[in-house]
Amino acid sequence: MKQVVKRPTSLTDKPFHFCPGCHHGIVHRLVAEALDFFNLREKTIGVASVGCSVFLYDYFAVDVIEAPHGRASAVATGTKRVLKDQIVFTYQGDGDLAAIGTAEIIHAANRGENITVIFVNNSIYGMTGGQMAPTTMLGQSSTTTPYGRDYHRDGYPIKMTEMLAALEGPSLVARVAVDKPANVKKARKIIRQAFQMQVEDKGFSFVEVLSACPTNWGMTPQKATKRVSDEMIPYFPLGVLKQKDVVDVL
Amino acid sequence: MTALKKVFLKGNEAIALAAINAGCHYYFGYPITPQNEIPEYMAKHLPEVGGEFLQAESEIASINMMLGAAATGVRVMTSSSGPGISLMQEGFSYIAGNELPGVVVNMSRQGPGLGGINATQGDYFQAVKGGGHGDYHLIVLAPHTGQELYDLTIKAFELSEKYRCLTMLLGDAVLGQIKEPINPWKPEISAGDPDREWLITGAKGRQPRLIKSLFLADGEMEKHNWRLQEKYQQLAANDVMVETCFIEDAHLVLTAFGSMARIAKTAIDQAREEGMKVGLIRPISLYPFPTATFKNLPESVSRVLTCEMNTGQMVEDVRLSIDNSLPVDFYGRPGGSVPTPEEIFDRLQQAYAEVE
Repeated sequence: MKQVVKRPTSLTDKPFHFCPGCHHGIVHRLVAEALDFFNLREKTIGVASVGCSVFLYDYFAVDVIEAPHGRASAVATGTKRVLKDQIVFTYQGDGDLAAIGTAEIIHAANRGENITVIFVNNSIYGMTGGQMAPTTMLGQSSTTTPYGRDYHRDGYPIKMTEMLAALEGPSLVARVAVDKPANVKKARKIIRQAFQMQVEDKGFSFVEVLSACPTNWGMTPQKATKRVSDEMIPYFPLGVLKQKDVVDVL
Repeated sequence: MTALKKVFLKGNEAIALAAINAGCHYYFGYPITPQNEIPEYMAKHLPEVGGEFLQAESEIASINMMLGAAATGVRVMTSSSGPGISLMQEGFSYIAGNELPGVVVNMSRQGPGLGGINATQGDYFQAVKGGGHGDYHLIVLAPHTGQELYDLTIKAFELSEKYRCLTMLLGDAVLGQIKEPINPWKPEISAGDPDREWLITGAKGRQPRLIKSLFLADGEMEKHNWRLQEKYQQLAANDVMVETCFIEDAHLVLTAFGSMARIAKTAIDQAREEGMKVGLIRPISLYPFPTATFKNLPESVSRVLTCEMNTGQMVEDVRLSIDNSLPVDFYGRPGGSVPTPEEIFDRLQQAYAEVE
């Protein structure tokens, strides 16, 4: 029988620990496939953030540095400035990147650091047990918004992709989702493109991935996935918001 | 080592020059007075040696950029002052947990809060007692002259690599701004052991590596913490630095570090001229603290006077070292104005009268 799909070599053999229905496993696979595609496994450094994604060092077969909460893009900057020939990527959740790490991501993007940032937005704090994130939807209940997120008190869900696309520095800024096969295929393509930008020294690439957290949303995996399609995508529209073919200054 | 041509530099510039000559080609920092000559010098001179200067958006970013660079095994530095150092404490703790090397300069300023830019030693506790979260230490060196700023910067890189432990140079505005002749030199720098098994370089032809401080498996965290403590014990056994003057026949010993020690030296010289049997202990490494020097003072010494530009921080380490075997007096100024040698001499004379 012909084997058409196999586990990417950029992933270890260790089974994912993620909750049933969590989309981290899909995003991990898409990143690993991109590394495999460009044959980057032996020249890649991952920067793990704080949250559920910290354990990516168990799953990616690459060198990994653990960053303090929110600081992954600053850590990646330091690493990439030394190892210019290596591929450096961060993998950050919404609490990490859009709350405590807002300054670090904006300035790394604005400098056009030649790194790739994978931003997994599931609109909630996962590892700490379901508290409000900056991306939590209006009306969405969480352990710290038990009556639903109210913009009078909590502000609006933050659109990081739109914010970063407004800067001059970044070369690729896009939002994808992994809620259905067609979107996963698009996500695969754009994540691959994000790494290609770095391979070609074209500067900062950023991909926001809308994903589900069934456990903390209190939903079945099916309902959670449907929520990404029905509630998140309308507010966080998908697409490539910015792409430069030629980088002005590097 | 290679001796280089004598130069006339501010203390801050001496540190920057020493760092470059020690092979530090990466600097990440954020401006704050009174240490701005360090980033400015680095911005100008690092490109000349193929290095890289980057002005970060904050001290938090600076220290984390340093973390990311240190993981690759290169020599890397940052510098700041009081409020900026407070912001960096998170990174210090992670660098300690990750067991990475690196050098940080604190040209401290008086505080708390925004405070003022004048000389002070109010950051002693923050420097030597950890500061950030968790059970960790930095190596802390306290130079007291321009030449020593140069020499100890080089030493800071060496110690930092030897122990994979962040090293802090603790100074103040007096030391950073005073301009003095410096005899620069270049140390022999080993190319670095290629087998350093922790370096993050991309997993070419080897198993992937991981730099981390998170240990959840049963017993792993305790093992890691004990290993850190063992490292600090080795430091205390092998790399304490201290200068002593005239303590062999002293009846009273004054102790001070950094710019305060420099002022105290003038007061001690005057006291000796007047026939007073006084000596000086100047801790150079504040962590590890020169405990043994205090514990093993000559029998002639019956009292110790600790002088600091704060309200009594190092005095606690002096008292712990002496363990109630001798009385320890304290003279302190909270920062903002630098005591004169005469003021120290007066206090010395008063303590000496009580001894005799």
